[in-house]
Parts: sequence; structure tokens; C-alpha cells
Amino acid sequence: MNPRVEVVALDCLMLRLFDEIAETNMLWMLAASERLRAVFAGHLIDLVPSYTTLMVHYDLSALSPAQARELIAEALVDLAPNARAAGQCHVLPVWYDLSVGPELRLLAERSGLAVEEVIRRHSAREYQVFALGFAPGFAFMGLVEEVLAAPRLNTPRKKVAAGSVGIAERQTAAYPGVSPGGWNLIGRTPAKLFDRHRDGYSLMQPGDTVRFEAVSHAEFINLGGDDTPLEAQA
Amino acid sequence: MSRLTITASTPLCLLQDAGRFGVRHLGVTQGGAADGCSMSWANWLLGNALDATVIEITLGGFALVAEEACCLALAGADLGAQIDGQPLAPWRSFKLAKGQTLQLTQPLLGARAYLAAPGGFAAPQVLGSSATVVREELGGLDGMGRPLAKGATLNYDGHPGQMRELPRQHQPDLRSNEPLDLVLGAQIGQFSGQSLFDVFNTAWTLDSRADRMGIRLLGKTLAYQGLPMISEGIPLGAVQVPPDGQPIVLLNDRQTIGGYPRLGALTPLALARLAQYLPGTSLRFRPVLQEYAWKKHQHYLRSYL
Repeated sequence: MNPRVEVVALDCLMLRLFDEIAETNMLWMLAASERLRAVFAGHLIDLVPSYTTLMVHYDLSALSPAQARELIAEALVDLAPNARAAGQCHVLPVWYDLSVGPELRLLAERSGLAVEEVIRRHSAREYQVFALGFAPGFAFMGLVEEVLAAPRLNTPRKKVAAGSVGIAERQTAAYPGVSPGGWNLIGRTPAKLFDRHRDGYSLMQPGDTVRFEAVSHAEFINLGGDDTPLEAQA
Repeated sequence: MSRLTITASTPLCLLQDAGRFGVRHLGVTQGGAADGCSMSWANWLLGNALDATVIEITLGGFALVAEEACCLALAGADLGAQIDGQPLAPWRSFKLAKGQTLQLTQPLLGARAYLAAPGGFAAPQVLGSSATVVREELGGLDGMGRPLAKGATLNYDGHPGQMRELPRQHQPDLRSNEPLDLVLGAQIGQFSGQSLFDVFNTAWTLDSRADRMGIRLLGKTLAYQGLPMISEGIPLGAVQVPPDGQPIVLLNDRQTIGGYPRLGALTPLALARLAQYLPGTSLRFRPVLQEYAWKKHQHYLRSYL
């Protein structure tokens, strides 16, 4: 870890902790987040974590830029990574099927693996939530095995169904709602990923871990899943 | 009971407040009035909290009729406001008699007008804010992010204080062509020398591709020479430069993280002015340091006292 503080706006500073994406970053990021929330207290407006950085948006009527820098320095004193158990581990049921995950075939062809093996490998790992962004509750997770990595679609879909599970490069994610999207789709989860009436709103929080669990069509429907094929929704 | 009924509206007429805070780590955008200064002054004119819920009317096309006598305030752009056909200048609180119609027709000066009501317009708090974000289906009258629509009724709970007009020295000058203050960001040194010259010494034109997420600018092609970036938090007013070399200023409804290099970020005051520019407007940037911009903003905050 090599922490640096950078200017990003009149009332925002970027705390840069790492230079590369790694699963082990998150334990430090969580520790730094907790410290920053504690030292800024009521003067913190938002704290935006992402892979290697924490953006601190503070109340400019209460703190000068110099005071904000001092608080960040204070938060970093004797910082130690959090224990692995700090985040929650979620198990997301996924119905992996070509009708809702048309790129299953593409990933199988690219990797030389059978479709069943692509599914097995995607659901074998426990993934880190690196950051949320793009849409409320959209969690960027990783890293998927190198052999499953695939670039985003050349032309993003205008409409991706809620719950769609996809892969882009070595990251994986599930779309909380209907939206445009360019990820390679491999299945669909019935889990409600963002709910304005739930405590904390988002099922996944930065620093949580996620495992995907393959379920049958019947289980998917039982869990409230919508099996409308992708093309029928477009 | 309803106090006002909307008789004309567009997808650009939205309930807004200062924005949605404390949830950006969940991917929820900030939202809020694009011209935060004019929103604050609209509320100030009625003695409201400066961040009370207002109506943001972009480009006009909005009308409402009073179901009972009421007192409202208008700030920001001159959108050709009329009460029953009689011109109404912005930057003042005013009265509507029962049955009278307030209409905002078309942009005469600036782009966004802010209409305030005593105590703020009534709206559900969704994730702590009434700010309407259509894309995220959050905020607004029904909490589902829908724009204000013809036929909808508006309420408020407050009582008007004294009628006020904003002294001219406090009125933002929407005709000003002063350069916009840009706080220099961490990647500024990784643009080519020619690009750094061009950013601050040539004019930039507002593209028609502009919404509440961002405003594209057209001008010289800027060259970023640094390494590709890993996505990171994006502040309000960030000026990012995608591979085509044409900058985009990011506004209230921007995505929360992104990986394009940035020149820096406009100050809140500069961004408020930008939010009033129409496509085709020419502008310039002025580099400022964070500490200087902070002092200037402290001075501005005292003007509401």
C-alpha cells in the first residue's frame, strides 16, 4: 500500500491506496473507510470507494481543504487491514441458461470449455465486491478465472433484463434493474439487488463477497425469477 | 388539499433539492438542482431552508394554475414567465390569486428557472431526498423518478414570510462571459503541453449533447498521455476527457465512478453558471487552486446571511 492524497474538486479529495486491482485491496479499503467515516464524522457528505481509491466528499462550509487533508492523514495512522470476515458473504442463485444468458455459448467457444464447465467455474469462486456504480446496487465483482474473461460486447444491448448476470474482462456483475448494457450475459438471478425499502438499500455493499449458485429453472421460478427470454424483452 | 395544478409540463420539469447524499457508495447518483445557486436563492426569497424542494424548469413549457391564493418565488433563468399573460421578472417572491395561471414559456436568458413554495413543495423523501433522477427511478412527486406531468397537483406546508426581491448585486449575472473556475485535478500534468495551453487559452462551445448527466464541449482535441485509469469516484463538475479528446463536464445525475482522465472539476459556482448556458454558447476555463476556490466559496456562502 502506498497512500497518496490527490485533489479532485473544491470539496473532494481522492485517497489513492493502490495502483492495481487486487482482491486483497478490499481489506485495506474497508479499514480506511471505517477510519475516514470516524474522523470526518458529520462533516463527511459521501465516501465513494472504487477498486484502489476512496473519494472523500466533505462539507466545505465546515472544513478547509487543508483541514480535510489533516483528517485523512489522521485516519491513516497505524492503519491495518480488516479481518476477512468484515464483509458479508452473499449466495446469489443463478439460472444459467442460453435463453437468459446468450453469451454462455460465446464464452464456451472462447475458452474451449463445455457450457456446463463455464457454469461450474463461474459458480465455483467467491468474488469480492470491488465497487458499486453504473446504477444503484450494481456491484463490480471479481476476479473471474482468466479463461472466462471476455471483452464487453462491441454494441451494447439497449435493454438488459433485471437480474441478468454477466462477465466483462475479469469482472462479473448482476444488473439490479432493466438498463442498457454491454456485458456478456450468462444467466439470471431472482435476487432483488436494490430495494429502497430495505435497510442499506443495496444487497451488496463494498467489501462484501459473493458466490453464485446454479439453480434449476423450477427453483429460479420458485424464487420469483422472471424467465422471459432476453430477445422477447428487447 | 391541492394548492396548485400543473397545466403544462415537459420531461425537463423536475422536482429537485440539493441532492441525494450518503448513498453514492451504493452507485446512487447525487442528483439535485443543476444550478444550486439559483435553487438556493429561490428558497431564500421565501425564507425557506436553502435546500427545500423546488421545481427545476429547463427551457420553459411549464404552466400551473393556483387553486387558492398563494405566494411563490422564482429565480434563475428568465424563461419568459407570465401571470395571466403579464410578464413576471425572476429573482423575487410573488403572489398568485386563486385561479391565476403562472406560465414559463421559452428561454430569454439562461436555461433553468427555479420555482419555490413556502416551506418547499411536498414530496416523498426517497433515500433522503426528493431529487428526481429519471434514470434511477428515484425521487419526484411519486418517488419513482418521473418528471412533473400535466394534471399533477402540488402542495406545500409552509407559510410565506415577507415578500422579497433579491438585490441586484447578489443576482448571478447570466450574461457574464467570465471564464469558469476549474480546480486542477491529479491527472492535469498527464495531458500534452499543447493540450494544457488549449484548455485555458481557447474557447469551448457547448454541444447539443447535454443533459443532467453531462455537457459535452467542442473545441481543440486534447491529448492524454498517461496510463489507462482504473475507475474511481467522480466529483460534481468533473471535466473528463474521453479518447475523442473532447471534454465532458459531469453534472448532478452523472455516474458515481468512471475511468476517463480528468482536467479537474469546475467549482460549484462555475458549474451553476454552466448549467444556465444553452447549446452553442462559447466559454473559457480559468485554472484555480483548491484553497483559492474554497475561500471564494466561503465568501459566496456569506451572501445568504
